[in-house]
Amino acid sequence: MIGGLFIYNHKGEVLISRVYRDDIGRRQAADSAIFSSSGLPLEERLRNAVDAFRVNVIHARQQVRSPVTNIARTSFFHVKRSNIWLAAVTKQNVNAAMVFEFLYKMCDVMAAYFGKISEENIKNNFVLIYELLDEILDFGYPQNSETGALKTFITQQGIKSQHQTKEEQSQITSQVTGQIGWRREGIKYRRNELFLDVLESVNLLMSPQGQVLSAHVSGRVVMKSYLSGMPECKFGMNDKIVIEKQGKGTADETSKSGKQSIAIDDCTFHQCVRLSKFDSERSISFIPPDGEFELMRYRTTKDIILPFRVIPLVREVGRTKLEVKVVIKSNFKPSLLAQKIEVRIPTPLNTSGVQVICMKGKAKYKASENAIVWKIKRMAGMKESQISAEIELLPTNDKKKWARPPISMNFEVPFAPSGLKVRYLKVFEPKLNYSDHDVIKWVRYIGRSGIYETRC
Amino acid sequence: MTDSKYFTTTKKGEIFELKAELNSDKKEKKKEAVKKVIASMTVGKDVSALFPDVVNCMQTDNLELKKLVYLYLMNYAKSQPDMAIMAVNTFVKDCEDPNPLIRALAVRTMGCIRVDKITEYLCEPLRKCLKDEDPYVRKTAAVCVAKLHDINAQLVEDQGFLDTLKDLISDSNPMVVANAVAALSEIAESHPSSNLLDLNPQSINKLLTALNECTEWGQIFILDCLANYTPKDDREAQSICERVTPRLSHANSAVVLSAVKVLMKFMEMLSKDLDYYGTLLKKLAPPLVTLLSAEPELQYVALRNINLIVQKRPEILKHEMKVFFVKYNDPIYVKLEKLDIMIRLASQANIAQVLAELKEYATEVDVDFVRKAVRAIGRCAIKVEQSAERCVSTLLDLIQTKVNYVVQEAIVVIKDIFRKYPNKYESVIATLCENLDSLDEPEARAAMIWIVGEYAERIDNADELLESFLEGFHDESTQVQLQLLTAIVKLFLKKPTETQELVQQVLSLATQDSDNPDLRDRGYIYWRLLSTDPVAAKEVVLAEKPLISEETDLIEPTLLDELICYIGTLASVYHKPPSAFVEGGRGVVHKSLPPRTASSESTESPETAPAGAPSGDQPDVIPTQGDLLGDLLNLDLGPPVSGPPLATSSVQMGAVDLLGGGLDSLIGGPNFVAPSAATVPANLGASMGSGLSDLFDLTSGVGTLSGSYVAPKAVWLPAMKAKGLEISGTFTRQVGSISMDLQLTNKALQVMTDFAIQFNRNSFGLAPAAPLQIHAPLSPNQTVEISLPLNTVGSVMKMEPLNNLQVAVKNNIDVFYFSTLYPLHILFVEDGKMDRQMFLATWKDIPNENEAQFQIRDCPLNAEAVSSRLQSSNIFTVAKRNVEGQDMLYQSLKLTNGIWVLAELRIQPGNPSFTLSLKCRAPEVSQHVYQAYETILKN
Repeated sequence: MIGGLFIYNHKGEVLISRVYRDDIGRRQAADSAIFSSSGLPLEERLRNAVDAFRVNVIHARQQVRSPVTNIARTSFFHVKRSNIWLAAVTKQNVNAAMVFEFLYKMCDVMAAYFGKISEENIKNNFVLIYELLDEILDFGYPQNSETGALKTFITQQGIKSQHQTKEEQSQITSQVTGQIGWRREGIKYRRNELFLDVLESVNLLMSPQGQVLSAHVSGRVVMKSYLSGMPECKFGMNDKIVIEKQGKGTADETSKSGKQSIAIDDCTFHQCVRLSKFDSERSISFIPPDGEFELMRYRTTKDIILPFRVIPLVREVGRTKLEVKVVIKSNFKPSLLAQKIEVRIPTPLNTSGVQVICMKGKAKYKASENAIVWKIKRMAGMKESQISAEIELLPTNDKKKWARPPISMNFEVPFAPSGLKVRYLKVFEPKLNYSDHDVIKWVRYIGRSGIYETRC
Repeated sequence: MTDSKYFTTTKKGEIFELKAELNSDKKEKKKEAVKKVIASMTVGKDVSALFPDVVNCMQTDNLELKKLVYLYLMNYAKSQPDMAIMAVNTFVKDCEDPNPLIRALAVRTMGCIRVDKITEYLCEPLRKCLKDEDPYVRKTAAVCVAKLHDINAQLVEDQGFLDTLKDLISDSNPMVVANAVAALSEIAESHPSSNLLDLNPQSINKLLTALNECTEWGQIFILDCLANYTPKDDREAQSICERVTPRLSHANSAVVLSAVKVLMKFMEMLSKDLDYYGTLLKKLAPPLVTLLSAEPELQYVALRNINLIVQKRPEILKHEMKVFFVKYNDPIYVKLEKLDIMIRLASQANIAQVLAELKEYATEVDVDFVRKAVRAIGRCAIKVEQSAERCVSTLLDLIQTKVNYVVQEAIVVIKDIFRKYPNKYESVIATLCENLDSLDEPEARAAMIWIVGEYAERIDNADELLESFLEGFHDESTQVQLQLLTAIVKLFLKKPTETQELVQQVLSLATQDSDNPDLRDRGYIYWRLLSTDPVAAKEVVLAEKPLISEETDLIEPTLLDELICYIGTLASVYHKPPSAFVEGGRGVVHKSLPPRTASSESTESPETAPAGAPSGDQPDVIPTQGDLLGDLLNLDLGPPVSGPPLATSSVQMGAVDLLGGGLDSLIGGPNFVAPSAATVPANLGASMGSGLSDLFDLTSGVGTLSGSYVAPKAVWLPAMKAKGLEISGTFTRQVGSISMDLQLTNKALQVMTDFAIQFNRNSFGLAPAAPLQIHAPLSPNQTVEISLPLNTVGSVMKMEPLNNLQVAVKNNIDVFYFSTLYPLHILFVEDGKMDRQMFLATWKDIPNENEAQFQIRDCPLNAEAVSSRLQSSNIFTVAKRNVEGQDMLYQSLKLTNGIWVLAELRIQPGNPSFTLSLKCRAPEVSQHVYQAYETILKN
């Protein structure tokens, strides 16, 4: 299990250090010769795990070649958030996936308590972080790490405990350890309301000839619930399997909705969803946490609506000039508007000057990013726009050809490119006197570009 | 409120100030002081001097302050064990606190203090907490047992905590169950023999129930524990699988991977005919693909695991190639892993797409990635035959880019392609040779040298190319030196006339000027081979190489099976068993997949049983380092054949087929290598001086007969080379039957028995007509003479020289090999007299270029005597003429295989030198016929 957890700033200084296991000493003797990841023997002998990680990973000259590093029989797992490094250390054969999941969770929890993970915030909250680390990791075993539960007894004020009644205390402990660890009892809202956001990112890799090399949508259903009591929810969408199953009964319905159903390759659910029920009946039922959470993630690859098509044309005119023409076409209902459109056209490293002409929006050559960035605020469906650029190059001796990175695109559209539709979200709370009809429900669809690339 | 200020107090006298503040009456000030202490501790300052003052702050009802003090205690208690006792009372009191959070905190912290005296006091509170009414306390206490076990295992057993812990598996609270499982699993790991977890269908059922209810982490503990269980039959395995599969939809990747582990393991027990088996296979793919949309670090873990899964069960992901396409912004570690999996999944169905991708990658920026992409193209060629041509042309395109590392990488893989598809793509050699100068990496240089050596006969200036490498011989890496040595020897064997000097040069560089034992040994072996038996040398060095297998760097099957049991863990990330990176006894228990035990039907044939490689047949696994024996066979660039070499490669070796083992066992067996290496130094003195000249003196040797009809016995196999068995012998022909007269001497100290003999295929199909019959055991210093009848109905293969015979002799000690030359006249048959007309016609018929002329000197016999002596050896005089005072004898002879040889022997009276003209449709026998004449006439 996790032997220790360290947080470093970008200089490699330790901000937080918590050791769970005896085999990871802060002053851990690592007498065997240690080699830095660049393969060079270190002049100085390293005394401890903390330093080993700093020297071998944070200060390594090379790009990180692996998120797991083994130094002198000690394994270091790291993730980086802005310029903060979180490292979990172990000497055992731990569950690696769990360690990373835990580190991400740790980031989420910290972010939920004090916002952005920065050196400043970590220093400002170090007592809180220690308290959290004591609670969510015991002897290196991850414990309940749901922010909702943690916030009931770990507070930034730190004085709540004295004023708790016995009932409150046992309520806390039963929630932390209980079957529904993500929600406490006795929540009350005057207005029962819920928001569903279907957030999709559409990913594309297209060949210069316009052939789709790979495309998939990874989507998330994020729910914000402000519901009283312990509501039992049931979520339905136009999942092909469900609709076909139902369609057997009424042929009528199949013809109506069958067309719009989508094939979901795979989905994963928040821990509140009863997986065994999904497995047997493919129904999504759960008692939601209070507030915002990610209900499910899914992935589809079939019948994806690709909102934009990028048609590149790159011509090398002699050794010192490139001509680039890029056409983008929007491919959705004319009544809808795409926003925040950005097309990034990479330029060679030896670019000396660029002239751009675009029909719509603004385009600029950004030398520091080696790219022409073309921005369009809004664009309706079934439209087309074009940019052309002349790129002047400095002559170089470099034999290696320019790698021609792909043209990438960013955008936001008000529909789900996978075609997913929310069919219902039913709420039942038998103990309280509100019914499904009393709940105000909001559904919103946002499709964003994931990695949306066209090779040129 | 900001706490960052605590990090900045670094002034002198700080400790004293802190001390004062810690003892302050004001609560707030105390708390501030403790925070400062903890901050100092975090940045690595020694604040242990404040121990008593900090401990004094412990008795507080402020939970935050208490937690801070506990944190301090955990860090320093070990260095101040006596003072730590001061804290015990507070701990014990806290364990009785009405607030469950405080009770749990106390027991949790106490477990972290590794001081014996504290541990003693821990037992009672722990016992209570394990039975606490509050689940939060119980779940904390469960982990505490594991902590205590880590400090003092005996104490835990004596106090009976293990039983209490086992009881917690049946707790009503899922988190208590999960922590108890985690604690027990860890304790069980250090007691591999104990049956702590006592997994049985009932307890498994409890775990499966808890699985649905506990936190994501708890699910991981339980799944990891389930993976250690071996169901009793396939039905139980299936029912567990059915209950585990819903976990594949969990948002937590670790839960998914642990579920995959359980399924992969239990699947082993399911029959492939089962519908459920197919269903399960289908269910596994989507969650694995979904893992690839996780954060990059998790993607990396997932990819390393997928790599294992693809090797174990390629069918799961065979249709999912596209998801492994590399994205431009993937971190390099993700890119490299994806590439690996792409190659594994490449098949005829998707090869076009894969190649297009790989070509794209080969122009990327990261050098490692580009190299790997180029290599991948080569591997595709080897794996999918239909694509080989496209791959080769892609590689050629890449070579044209002249990017140095791309070119080198391409050459390395092209060499493998040559190995896989011999005589198909050699037309590209010219292009490769153009890039010779730009190669600066050993692997690429070695590959290029191999290509030049292997195809020396097609490269006009092969000798020049190799010579150019030879100039800096000592600066090359060993890999290149070895390869250069072999390549030049190959070149010499192919073009002996022009390259004598070169081979002498390289042999002396390797044997005399090098410190590297591998190089020296190989040099000597070649030297010996070339000097004693160039034919054997050719057999060995130019032997047909076994084809390389399709899959490279597969994980060895038993390791793969073990790693499957470790899916999700570090072992699966490193692709190493835990023992390779975990210290001490923990976690080094070997795990293996369960055998398949069916409850209903058990008729599956054992061959298709589990623990095999994908698709049943065992792929050749290529070890990363070519071993020495492989080197000797000149296979260092390719894989040595794995598995039993006798069975797999005797066919591929083709040329050699001795004792069923063929020459490969000759090379592979240590008996060959060791003695020859050992004899070299002994003969070194002699061979140093004249060695190289000897080397080319090929014709003199054992084959030259000195006796009359029958040569005296010559030593064929010296005792030194055959563990004490000395064999000498000769060949005879009497009234139509050929025999080999052998004399076997036992010069060893042990009795030899179980003799057997076998010949390799040879030019005239000589083979033993009866087994070697030595009835009594051969005791030390005893000699036995035996005549082995031969026939000529064995398999035929042209040897070089023609009369070379390779023999294997077996006894109870080992198998020994030697080769000898037989005099051709033993093959002259009795009905070899041609009639005169026939003779004339034939003589005219055979083209003049087939005529060979020889001088037989110093033969004092007259024509009459010559004729009669030759006749007794079945060389018949057809006619005799006297032309200008010279006797002309026209003679004929026939070989066992029906080849006629016509001769004209010119004898000048008074001149002891005869002129022999031979005409034969197979002119290569002439030389040997001449030798036979010489032998017969001079003895």
